[in-house]
Amino acid sequence: MTERLAHGRHGDAATQPGAIDVAAIVTDAVASRGHNLVTRPTGRAVREAIEQRLALAAASPARKPPSPHVMLIDFTRVRILDFSCADEVVAKLLLRYQGPDRPGNIFFLFRAVDEMHRHAVEEVLERHGLAAVCDVGGGFQLLGPATPEERKAWDTLERCERIGPRDLAEALGELGEPLLIGLARRRLAYWSGNCGAAALSALARTR
Amino acid sequence: MRVVEIPSSLDYRNVDAVFAEAAAAGAEPVLFDARRLRWIDPNGMLALLCAGQVASANGAAARLSLPAGGDVVGYLDRMGFPAAAASVFQGSPRRAVRTPSRASDVLLEITSIATNSDVHDVVDRVQSRAGAILSRTLRYPLAAVVQFSVILSEVCQNIVEHADGPGWVAAQRYNWTRRLGRQVLVIAVSDVGRGFRDSLAEEHAERFGDRWGDVTALEAAFLMGLTRFPDTGRGQGIQQIRKQVARWQGLVSIRSGTARIADSPSWHPSPPVVDGLPRFPGAQINLVLPERIDD
Repeated sequence: MTERLAHGRHGDAATQPGAIDVAAIVTDAVASRGHNLVTRPTGRAVREAIEQRLALAAASPARKPPSPHVMLIDFTRVRILDFSCADEVVAKLLLRYQGPDRPGNIFFLFRAVDEMHRHAVEEVLERHGLAAVCDVGGGFQLLGPATPEERKAWDTLERCERIGPRDLAEALGELGEPLLIGLARRRLAYWSGNCGAAALSALARTR
Repeated sequence: MRVVEIPSSLDYRNVDAVFAEAAAAGAEPVLFDARRLRWIDPNGMLALLCAGQVASANGAAARLSLPAGGDVVGYLDRMGFPAAAASVFQGSPRRAVRTPSRASDVLLEITSIATNSDVHDVVDRVQSRAGAILSRTLRYPLAAVVQFSVILSEVCQNIVEHADGPGWVAAQRYNWTRRLGRQVLVIAVSDVGRGFRDSLAEEHAERFGDRWGDVTALEAAFLMGLTRFPDTGRGQGIQQIRKQVARWQGLVSIRSGTARIADSPSWHPSPPVVDGLPRFPGAQINLVLPERIDD
Protein backbone atom coordinates (compact mmCIF):
# COMPACT_ATOMS: atom_id res chain seq x y z
CA MET A 1 0.00 0.00 0.00
CA THR A 2 1.48 3.27 -1.06
CA GLU A 3 -0.69 6.29 -0.49
CA ARG A 4 -0.14 9.99 -0.37
CA LEU A 5 -1.96 12.32 1.87
CA ALA A 6 -3.83 15.07 0.06
CA HIS A 7 -1.08 17.66 0.11
CA GLY A 8 1.93 15.48 -0.33
CA ARG A 9 4.18 15.08 2.70
CA HIS A 10 2.25 13.99 5.70
CA GLY A 11 3.93 16.53 7.93
CA ASP A 12 2.01 19.38 6.37
CA ALA A 13 -0.86 17.47 4.92
CA ALA A 14 -4.43 18.61 5.06
CA THR A 15 -5.30 15.98 7.63
CA GLN A 16 -7.34 18.01 10.02
CA PRO A 17 -9.18 15.22 11.71
CA GLY A 18 -12.91 15.03 11.63
CA ALA A 19 -14.62 14.03 14.81
CA ILE A 20 -17.99 12.44 15.25
CA ASP A 21 -19.72 12.72 18.60
CA VAL A 22 -21.47 9.38 18.93
CA ALA A 23 -23.68 10.55 21.81
CA ALA A 24 -25.04 13.34 19.63
CA ILE A 25 -25.92 10.81 16.96
CA VAL A 26 -27.64 8.61 19.51
CA THR A 27 -29.76 11.58 20.50
CA ASP A 28 -30.37 12.97 17.00
CA ALA A 29 -30.59 9.97 14.76
CA VAL A 30 -32.06 7.31 16.98
CA ALA A 31 -34.16 8.74 19.72
CA SER A 32 -33.89 11.26 22.46
CA ARG A 33 -33.09 8.75 25.16
CA GLY A 34 -29.98 9.92 26.87
CA HIS A 35 -26.64 8.54 25.93
CA ASN A 36 -26.97 4.82 26.37
CA LEU A 37 -25.86 2.96 23.28
CA VAL A 38 -27.74 -0.32 23.56
CA THR A 39 -29.51 -2.78 21.25
CA ARG A 40 -28.50 -3.96 17.80
CA PRO A 41 -30.91 -1.72 15.83
CA THR A 42 -29.66 1.34 17.71
CA GLY A 43 -26.06 0.43 16.96
CA ARG A 44 -26.90 -0.18 13.33
CA ALA A 45 -28.73 3.16 13.08
CA VAL A 46 -25.77 4.98 14.65
CA ARG A 47 -23.30 3.28 12.30
CA GLU A 48 -25.46 4.13 9.30
CA ALA A 49 -25.71 7.74 10.47
CA ILE A 50 -21.91 7.88 10.75
CA GLU A 51 -21.51 6.37 7.28
CA GLN A 52 -24.07 8.81 5.89
CA ARG A 53 -22.24 11.73 7.46
CA LEU A 54 -18.97 10.54 5.94
CA ALA A 55 -20.60 10.06 2.54
CA LEU A 56 -22.21 13.52 2.64
CA ALA A 57 -18.91 15.12 3.55
CA ALA A 58 -17.20 13.30 0.69
CA ALA A 59 -19.89 14.44 -1.76
CA SER A 60 -19.80 18.08 -0.74
CA PRO A 61 -17.03 20.09 -2.48
CA ALA A 62 -16.93 22.63 0.34
CA ARG A 63 -16.68 20.06 3.10
CA LYS A 64 -14.87 17.35 1.24
CA PRO A 65 -12.13 15.96 3.44
CA PRO A 66 -8.74 15.08 2.02
CA SER A 67 -8.22 11.49 1.03
CA PRO A 68 -7.04 9.67 3.00
CA HIS A 69 -7.97 11.29 6.27
CA VAL A 70 -8.40 10.40 9.91
CA MET A 71 -11.81 10.33 11.56
CA LEU A 72 -12.17 10.32 15.31
CA ILE A 73 -15.20 8.41 16.58
CA ASP A 74 -15.80 9.98 19.95
CA PHE A 75 -17.59 7.96 22.64
CA THR A 76 -16.78 10.48 25.37
CA ARG A 77 -20.40 11.21 26.23
CA VAL A 78 -21.71 7.69 25.76
CA ARG A 79 -22.42 6.07 29.11
CA ILE A 80 -23.39 2.49 28.33
CA LEU A 81 -22.08 0.64 25.32
CA ASP A 82 -23.36 -2.91 24.98
CA PHE A 83 -21.79 -5.64 22.85
CA SER A 84 -24.34 -5.39 20.07
CA CYS A 85 -23.66 -1.69 19.65
CA ALA A 86 -19.89 -2.11 19.95
CA ASP A 87 -20.14 -4.70 17.19
CA GLU A 88 -22.05 -2.30 14.94
CA VAL A 89 -20.35 1.02 15.70
CA VAL A 90 -16.78 -0.22 16.03
CA ALA A 91 -16.32 -3.60 14.33
CA LYS A 92 -18.72 -3.26 11.43
CA LEU A 93 -17.66 0.33 10.76
CA LEU A 94 -14.02 -0.80 10.58
CA LEU A 95 -14.94 -3.73 8.34
CA ARG A 96 -16.85 -1.43 5.98
CA TYR A 97 -13.84 0.81 5.49
CA GLN A 98 -11.19 -1.86 5.41
CA GLY A 99 -11.53 -3.59 2.07
CA PRO A 100 -10.68 -2.31 -1.39
CA ASP A 101 -14.36 -1.54 -2.01
CA ARG A 102 -14.52 0.84 0.94
CA PRO A 103 -16.66 3.93 0.36
CA GLY A 104 -13.89 6.32 1.39
CA ASN A 105 -10.23 6.29 2.27
CA ILE A 106 -10.71 6.92 5.96
CA PHE A 107 -8.69 5.80 8.97
CA PHE A 108 -10.54 5.59 12.26
CA LEU A 109 -9.52 6.46 15.78
CA PHE A 110 -11.79 5.85 18.76
CA ARG A 111 -11.87 8.07 21.84
CA ALA A 112 -12.99 7.70 25.44
CA VAL A 113 -13.04 3.98 25.17
CA ASP A 114 -12.20 3.85 28.85
CA GLU A 115 -12.46 0.79 31.06
CA MET A 116 -16.25 0.86 30.91
CA HIS A 117 -16.22 0.62 27.11
CA ARG A 118 -12.91 -1.06 26.60
CA HIS A 119 -14.11 -4.52 27.41
CA ALA A 120 -16.97 -4.42 24.89
CA VAL A 121 -14.70 -3.01 22.19
CA GLU A 122 -11.96 -5.59 22.78
CA GLU A 123 -14.43 -8.44 22.67
CA VAL A 124 -15.95 -7.43 19.34
CA LEU A 125 -12.55 -6.74 17.81
CA GLU A 126 -11.35 -10.16 18.92
CA ARG A 127 -14.40 -11.82 17.44
CA HIS A 128 -13.76 -10.29 14.02
CA GLY A 129 -9.95 -10.52 14.16
CA LEU A 130 -9.76 -6.73 13.96
CA ALA A 131 -7.60 -4.22 15.77
CA ALA A 132 -8.27 -0.54 16.35
CA VAL A 133 -6.48 2.52 17.68
CA CYS A 134 -8.30 3.74 20.76
CA ASP A 135 -7.76 6.49 23.29
CA VAL A 136 -8.50 4.72 26.54
CA GLY A 137 -7.92 7.70 28.73
CA GLY A 138 -4.14 7.64 29.00
CA GLY A 139 -3.32 8.00 25.33
CA PHE A 140 -3.87 5.92 22.25
CA GLN A 141 -3.48 2.16 22.44
CA LEU A 142 -3.74 -0.69 20.02
CA LEU A 143 -6.73 -2.82 20.98
CA GLY A 144 -7.59 -6.17 19.46
CA PRO A 145 -5.53 -9.08 18.22
CA ALA A 146 -2.05 -8.34 16.88
CA THR A 147 1.24 -10.22 16.83
CA PRO A 148 3.95 -9.15 19.29
CA GLU A 149 5.94 -7.82 16.31
CA GLU A 150 2.99 -5.78 15.10
CA ARG A 151 2.45 -4.38 18.59
CA LYS A 152 6.09 -3.46 18.95
CA ALA A 153 6.12 -1.75 15.56
CA TRP A 154 2.88 0.07 16.35
CA ASP A 155 4.19 1.18 19.78
CA THR A 156 7.39 2.46 18.23
CA LEU A 157 5.52 4.38 15.55
CA GLU A 158 3.12 5.80 18.12
CA ARG A 159 6.05 6.97 20.24
CA CYS A 160 7.97 8.43 17.29
CA GLU A 161 4.79 9.73 15.60
CA ARG A 162 6.50 9.52 12.20
CA ILE A 163 9.28 7.34 10.85
CA GLY A 164 10.96 8.34 7.63
CA PRO A 165 12.40 5.76 5.21
CA ARG A 166 15.95 6.42 6.36
CA ASP A 167 15.11 5.81 10.00
CA LEU A 168 13.09 2.67 9.46
CA ALA A 169 15.85 0.12 9.92
CA GLU A 170 17.21 1.85 12.99
CA ALA A 171 13.80 2.15 14.63
CA LEU A 172 12.38 -1.24 13.75
CA GLY A 173 15.06 -3.42 12.21
CA GLU A 174 15.01 -5.09 8.86
CA LEU A 175 11.40 -6.12 9.13
CA GLY A 176 10.27 -2.58 9.87
CA GLU A 177 8.96 -1.82 6.42
CA PRO A 178 6.86 -4.95 5.95
CA LEU A 179 5.52 -4.59 9.48
CA LEU A 180 4.43 -1.00 8.91
CA ILE A 181 2.95 -1.87 5.53
CA GLY A 182 1.05 -4.66 7.28
CA LEU A 183 -0.23 -2.25 9.92
CA ALA A 184 -1.30 0.13 7.16
CA ARG A 185 -3.19 -2.69 5.45
CA ARG A 186 -5.01 -3.24 8.71
CA ARG A 187 -5.70 0.53 8.77
CA LEU A 188 -3.74 0.92 12.01
CA ALA A 189 -1.04 3.22 10.63
CA TYR A 190 -0.45 5.39 7.61
CA TRP A 191 2.16 4.32 5.08
CA SER A 192 3.08 6.64 2.27
CA GLY A 193 5.92 4.82 0.58
CA ASN A 194 8.43 7.55 -0.14
CA CYS A 195 7.69 9.42 3.08
CA GLY A 196 7.60 6.49 5.41
CA ALA A 197 4.97 5.94 8.05
CA ALA A 198 2.88 8.05 10.41
CA ALA A 199 0.89 7.15 13.49
CA LEU A 200 -2.82 7.81 13.12
CA SER A 201 -2.83 9.77 16.37
CA ALA A 202 -0.07 12.02 14.98
CA LEU A 203 -2.08 12.62 11.84
CA ALA A 204 -5.10 13.43 13.96
CA ARG A 205 -3.07 16.08 15.79
CA THR A 206 -1.77 17.57 12.55
CA ARG A 207 -3.38 20.82 11.60
CA MET B 1 -61.81 -26.79 34.81
CA ARG B 2 -58.34 -27.92 35.74
CA VAL B 3 -56.96 -26.44 38.92
CA VAL B 4 -53.21 -25.91 39.14
CA GLU B 5 -52.16 -25.61 42.77
CA ILE B 6 -49.40 -23.07 43.19
CA PRO B 7 -47.09 -23.98 46.10
CA SER B 8 -46.69 -21.63 49.02
CA SER B 9 -43.20 -20.78 47.87
CA LEU B 10 -42.42 -20.33 44.17
CA ASP B 11 -39.01 -19.57 42.73
CA TYR B 12 -36.65 -20.85 40.06
CA ARG B 13 -36.24 -24.18 41.84
CA ASN B 14 -39.84 -25.33 41.56
CA VAL B 15 -41.43 -23.52 38.62
CA ASP B 16 -41.18 -26.59 36.37
CA ALA B 17 -44.12 -28.27 38.09
CA VAL B 18 -46.30 -25.27 37.23
CA PHE B 19 -45.25 -25.45 33.57
CA ALA B 20 -45.98 -29.17 33.48
CA GLU B 21 -49.50 -28.76 34.81
CA ALA B 22 -50.26 -25.78 32.58
CA ALA B 23 -49.10 -27.66 29.48
CA ALA B 24 -51.06 -30.78 30.46
CA ALA B 25 -54.32 -28.85 30.63
CA GLY B 26 -54.69 -28.87 26.87
CA ALA B 27 -57.76 -26.91 25.82
CA GLU B 28 -59.31 -27.22 29.27
CA PRO B 29 -59.86 -23.97 31.20
CA VAL B 30 -57.25 -23.56 33.93
CA LEU B 31 -57.41 -21.96 37.33
CA PHE B 32 -54.02 -21.19 38.84
CA ASP B 33 -54.81 -21.34 42.51
CA ALA B 34 -52.17 -19.27 44.27
CA ARG B 35 -54.20 -18.49 47.38
CA ARG B 36 -51.67 -20.32 49.57
CA LEU B 37 -48.78 -18.38 48.12
CA ARG B 38 -46.57 -16.87 50.81
CA TRP B 39 -43.29 -16.24 49.01
CA ILE B 40 -42.39 -15.73 45.36
CA ASP B 41 -39.36 -14.42 43.49
CA PRO B 42 -39.12 -12.80 40.02
CA ASN B 43 -38.70 -16.20 38.38
CA GLY B 44 -41.83 -17.43 40.11
CA MET B 45 -43.83 -14.40 39.00
CA LEU B 46 -42.70 -14.64 35.40
CA ALA B 47 -43.32 -18.39 35.47
CA LEU B 48 -46.91 -17.75 36.53
CA LEU B 49 -47.36 -15.29 33.68
CA CYS B 50 -45.80 -17.69 31.18
CA ALA B 51 -47.84 -20.64 32.43
CA GLY B 52 -50.97 -18.50 32.05
CA GLN B 53 -49.96 -17.64 28.51
CA VAL B 54 -49.29 -21.29 27.69
CA ALA B 55 -52.72 -22.25 28.98
CA SER B 56 -54.36 -19.43 27.02
CA ALA B 57 -52.46 -20.38 23.88
CA ASN B 58 -54.02 -23.83 24.08
CA GLY B 59 -57.37 -22.15 23.59
CA ALA B 60 -58.46 -22.29 27.20
CA ALA B 61 -59.31 -19.50 29.56
CA ALA B 62 -56.71 -19.02 32.28
CA ARG B 63 -57.65 -17.58 35.63
CA LEU B 64 -55.57 -16.77 38.66
CA SER B 65 -56.51 -16.61 42.33
CA LEU B 66 -54.12 -14.72 44.57
CA PRO B 67 -54.06 -14.53 48.37
CA ALA B 68 -56.52 -12.08 49.83
CA GLY B 69 -53.90 -10.38 51.94
CA GLY B 70 -50.53 -10.64 53.56
CA ASP B 71 -47.00 -9.57 52.77
CA VAL B 72 -46.90 -11.39 49.47
CA VAL B 73 -49.78 -9.32 48.10
CA GLY B 74 -47.98 -6.08 48.90
CA TYR B 75 -44.86 -7.47 47.30
CA LEU B 76 -46.73 -8.54 44.16
CA ASP B 77 -48.16 -5.02 43.97
CA ARG B 78 -44.72 -3.43 44.30
CA MET B 79 -43.41 -5.66 41.53
CA GLY B 80 -46.27 -4.67 39.23
CA PHE B 81 -47.56 -8.22 39.05
CA PRO B 82 -51.30 -7.39 38.99
CA ALA B 83 -50.84 -5.09 35.98
CA ALA B 84 -48.91 -7.76 34.09
CA ALA B 85 -51.34 -10.51 35.14
CA ALA B 86 -54.30 -8.52 33.84
CA SER B 87 -52.97 -8.97 30.31
CA VAL B 88 -52.73 -12.75 30.74
CA PHE B 89 -55.42 -14.01 33.11
CA GLN B 90 -59.13 -13.53 32.64
CA GLY B 91 -60.87 -11.49 35.29
CA SER B 92 -57.61 -10.46 36.89
CA PRO B 93 -58.02 -7.00 38.44
CA ARG B 94 -55.73 -4.42 36.88
CA ARG B 95 -54.15 -2.48 39.72
CA ALA B 96 -51.66 0.30 39.29
CA VAL B 97 -48.00 -0.42 39.94
CA ARG B 98 -46.96 1.06 43.24
CA THR B 99 -43.87 3.18 42.86
CA PRO B 100 -41.26 1.64 45.13
CA SER B 101 -39.78 3.81 47.83
CA ARG B 102 -36.08 4.60 47.67
CA ALA B 103 -35.39 1.90 50.19
CA SER B 104 -37.30 -0.75 48.24
CA ASP B 105 -35.64 -4.02 47.33
CA VAL B 106 -37.28 -3.90 43.93
CA LEU B 107 -34.73 -3.16 41.27
CA LEU B 108 -36.98 -3.60 38.29
CA GLU B 109 -40.72 -4.17 38.37
CA ILE B 110 -42.17 -6.72 35.96
CA THR B 111 -41.67 -5.04 32.62
CA SER B 112 -42.93 -6.20 29.27
CA ILE B 113 -40.28 -6.48 26.57
CA ALA B 114 -41.52 -6.55 23.01
CA THR B 115 -39.36 -4.07 21.14
CA ASN B 116 -35.89 -2.59 21.27
CA SER B 117 -37.46 0.58 22.60
CA ASP B 118 -38.53 -1.41 25.67
CA VAL B 119 -34.91 -2.48 26.17
CA HIS B 120 -33.81 1.17 26.07
CA ASP B 121 -36.48 2.05 28.63
CA VAL B 122 -35.36 -0.71 30.98
CA VAL B 123 -31.70 0.29 30.77
CA ASP B 124 -32.52 3.97 31.28
CA ARG B 125 -34.85 3.19 34.18
CA VAL B 126 -32.62 0.99 36.31
CA GLN B 127 -29.60 3.28 36.43
CA SER B 128 -30.09 4.97 39.78
CA ARG B 129 -31.60 2.01 41.62
CA ALA B 130 -29.05 -0.43 40.19
CA GLY B 131 -26.21 1.83 41.30
CA ALA B 132 -27.46 1.84 44.87
CA ILE B 133 -28.14 -1.90 45.07
CA LEU B 134 -24.96 -3.01 43.33
CA SER B 135 -22.55 -0.76 45.19
CA ARG B 136 -24.10 -0.53 48.66
CA THR B 137 -25.78 -3.90 48.99
CA LEU B 138 -23.74 -6.23 46.82
CA ARG B 139 -20.54 -4.22 47.38
CA TYR B 140 -19.60 -4.26 43.72
CA PRO B 141 -17.34 -1.53 42.29
CA LEU B 142 -19.07 1.62 41.04
CA ALA B 143 -18.40 0.65 37.43
CA ALA B 144 -20.49 -2.49 37.94
CA VAL B 145 -23.66 -0.55 37.21
CA VAL B 146 -22.52 -0.16 33.63
CA GLN B 147 -21.61 -3.83 33.31
CA PHE B 148 -24.92 -4.76 34.88
CA SER B 149 -26.77 -2.49 32.44
CA VAL B 150 -24.99 -4.17 29.54
CA ILE B 151 -26.03 -7.58 30.86
CA LEU B 152 -29.61 -6.40 31.25
CA SER B 153 -29.59 -5.02 27.72
CA GLU B 154 -28.21 -8.22 26.22
CA VAL B 155 -30.54 -10.50 28.15
CA CYS B 156 -33.60 -8.46 27.16
CA GLN B 157 -32.49 -8.32 23.53
CA ASN B 158 -32.57 -12.08 23.59
CA ILE B 159 -36.36 -11.83 23.80
CA VAL B 160 -36.67 -9.32 20.97
CA GLU B 161 -34.26 -11.05 18.62
CA HIS B 162 -34.90 -14.71 19.27
CA ALA B 163 -38.31 -15.21 20.84
CA ASP B 164 -40.34 -13.59 18.07
CA GLY B 165 -42.77 -12.64 20.76
CA PRO B 166 -43.08 -10.54 23.89
CA GLY B 167 -41.61 -11.43 27.23
CA TRP B 168 -40.95 -9.96 30.65
CA VAL B 169 -38.04 -9.00 32.82
CA ALA B 170 -37.94 -8.37 36.58
CA ALA B 171 -35.23 -7.97 39.20
CA GLN B 172 -35.25 -7.95 42.96
CA ARG B 173 -32.74 -7.94 45.80
CA TYR B 174 -32.98 -10.56 48.55
CA ASN B 175 -31.20 -11.39 51.74
CA TRP B 176 -30.47 -15.10 51.45
CA THR B 177 -29.52 -15.40 55.09
CA ARG B 178 -30.18 -19.11 55.43
CA ARG B 179 -29.38 -20.22 51.91
CA LEU B 180 -26.14 -18.33 51.36
CA GLY B 181 -25.56 -15.94 54.23
CA ARG B 182 -25.40 -13.11 51.74
CA GLN B 183 -27.49 -10.64 49.83
CA VAL B 184 -28.28 -11.49 46.23
CA LEU B 185 -29.81 -9.85 43.21
CA VAL B 186 -32.17 -12.09 41.23
CA ILE B 187 -32.90 -11.18 37.62
CA ALA B 188 -35.51 -13.14 35.71
CA VAL B 189 -36.27 -12.94 32.00
CA SER B 190 -38.96 -15.09 30.40
CA ASP B 191 -40.87 -15.41 27.18
CA VAL B 192 -43.14 -18.00 25.62
CA GLY B 193 -41.77 -17.48 22.14
CA ARG B 194 -40.01 -19.91 19.82
CA GLY B 195 -37.47 -21.25 22.27
CA PHE B 196 -33.81 -21.88 21.46
CA ARG B 197 -34.30 -25.08 19.47
CA ASP B 198 -36.76 -23.53 17.04
CA SER B 199 -34.88 -20.24 16.83
CA LEU B 200 -31.62 -21.94 15.84
CA ALA B 201 -33.04 -24.83 13.83
CA GLU B 202 -33.03 -23.32 10.36
CA GLU B 203 -29.40 -22.25 10.57
CA HIS B 204 -27.88 -25.12 12.57
CA ALA B 205 -30.13 -28.20 12.91
CA GLU B 206 -28.87 -29.92 9.76
CA ARG B 207 -25.27 -29.78 10.91
CA PHE B 208 -26.15 -31.54 14.18
CA GLY B 209 -28.32 -34.20 12.49
CA ASP B 210 -30.01 -36.63 14.86
CA ARG B 211 -28.46 -34.98 17.86
CA TRP B 212 -30.49 -31.80 17.32
CA GLY B 213 -32.81 -31.09 20.23
CA ASP B 214 -33.31 -28.75 23.16
CA VAL B 215 -30.04 -29.69 24.85
CA THR B 216 -28.01 -29.34 21.65
CA ALA B 217 -29.62 -26.00 20.87
CA LEU B 218 -28.92 -24.67 24.35
CA GLU B 219 -25.34 -25.91 24.19
CA ALA B 220 -24.91 -24.32 20.77
CA ALA B 221 -26.08 -20.93 22.04
CA PHE B 222 -24.70 -21.07 25.57
CA LEU B 223 -21.35 -22.74 25.01
CA MET B 224 -20.57 -22.00 21.37
CA GLY B 225 -22.25 -18.61 20.87
CA LEU B 226 -24.25 -19.73 17.85
CA THR B 227 -27.30 -17.74 16.80
CA ARG B 228 -29.79 -17.92 13.98
CA PHE B 229 -28.00 -15.04 12.23
CA PRO B 230 -25.17 -15.89 9.83
CA ASP B 231 -23.06 -13.03 11.13
CA THR B 232 -19.88 -13.48 13.14
CA GLY B 233 -20.75 -10.43 15.22
CA ARG B 234 -23.83 -12.13 16.62
CA GLY B 235 -24.04 -14.46 19.57
CA GLN B 236 -21.85 -12.46 21.89
CA GLY B 237 -24.59 -11.51 24.29
CA ILE B 238 -24.92 -14.80 26.13
CA GLN B 239 -21.16 -15.36 26.06
CA GLN B 240 -20.53 -11.99 27.65
CA ILE B 241 -23.27 -12.48 30.21
CA ARG B 242 -21.61 -15.75 31.23
CA LYS B 243 -18.18 -14.13 31.53
CA GLN B 244 -19.39 -11.21 33.61
CA VAL B 245 -21.63 -13.28 35.87
CA ALA B 246 -18.71 -15.67 36.47
CA ARG B 247 -16.54 -12.70 37.50
CA TRP B 248 -19.17 -11.86 40.09
CA GLN B 249 -19.37 -15.55 41.10
CA GLY B 250 -23.01 -15.61 40.12
CA LEU B 251 -25.39 -18.15 38.65
CA VAL B 252 -26.74 -18.04 35.10
CA SER B 253 -29.16 -20.61 33.76
CA ILE B 254 -31.32 -20.88 30.67
CA ARG B 255 -34.39 -23.07 30.48
CA SER B 256 -35.95 -23.81 27.11
CA GLY B 257 -37.95 -26.72 25.76
CA THR B 258 -37.25 -29.73 27.95
CA ALA B 259 -33.76 -28.68 28.98
CA ARG B 260 -31.82 -26.34 31.23
CA ILE B 261 -28.21 -25.31 30.95
CA ALA B 262 -26.31 -23.44 33.61
CA ASP B 263 -23.03 -22.01 34.80
CA SER B 264 -23.20 -22.81 38.47
CA PRO B 265 -20.91 -21.22 41.05
CA SER B 266 -19.45 -23.15 43.95
CA TRP B 267 -22.23 -21.97 46.28
CA HIS B 268 -24.88 -23.53 44.06
CA PRO B 269 -23.66 -26.93 42.90
CA SER B 270 -25.92 -28.25 40.17
CA PRO B 271 -25.50 -30.22 36.94
CA PRO B 272 -24.50 -28.06 33.97
CA VAL B 273 -27.20 -29.60 31.79
CA VAL B 274 -30.56 -31.11 32.71
CA ASP B 275 -32.87 -32.74 30.16
CA GLY B 276 -36.29 -34.35 30.38
CA LEU B 277 -37.98 -31.43 32.13
CA PRO B 278 -41.60 -30.50 31.42
CA ARG B 279 -41.81 -28.74 28.06
CA PHE B 280 -41.56 -24.99 28.26
CA PRO B 281 -42.12 -23.41 24.86
CA GLY B 282 -40.07 -20.25 25.22
CA ALA B 283 -36.99 -19.35 27.20
CA GLN B 284 -36.43 -18.53 30.82
CA ILE B 285 -33.18 -16.94 31.90
CA ASN B 286 -32.25 -16.76 35.55
CA LEU B 287 -29.36 -14.71 36.91
CA VAL B 288 -28.38 -14.62 40.57
CA LEU B 289 -25.67 -12.16 41.54
CA PRO B 290 -24.34 -12.61 45.09
CA GLU B 291 -22.91 -10.00 47.41
CA ARG B 292 -19.16 -9.74 47.06
CA ILE B 293 -17.14 -11.21 49.88
CA ASP B 294 -13.61 -10.09 50.64
CA ASP B 295 -10.89 -12.43 49.43
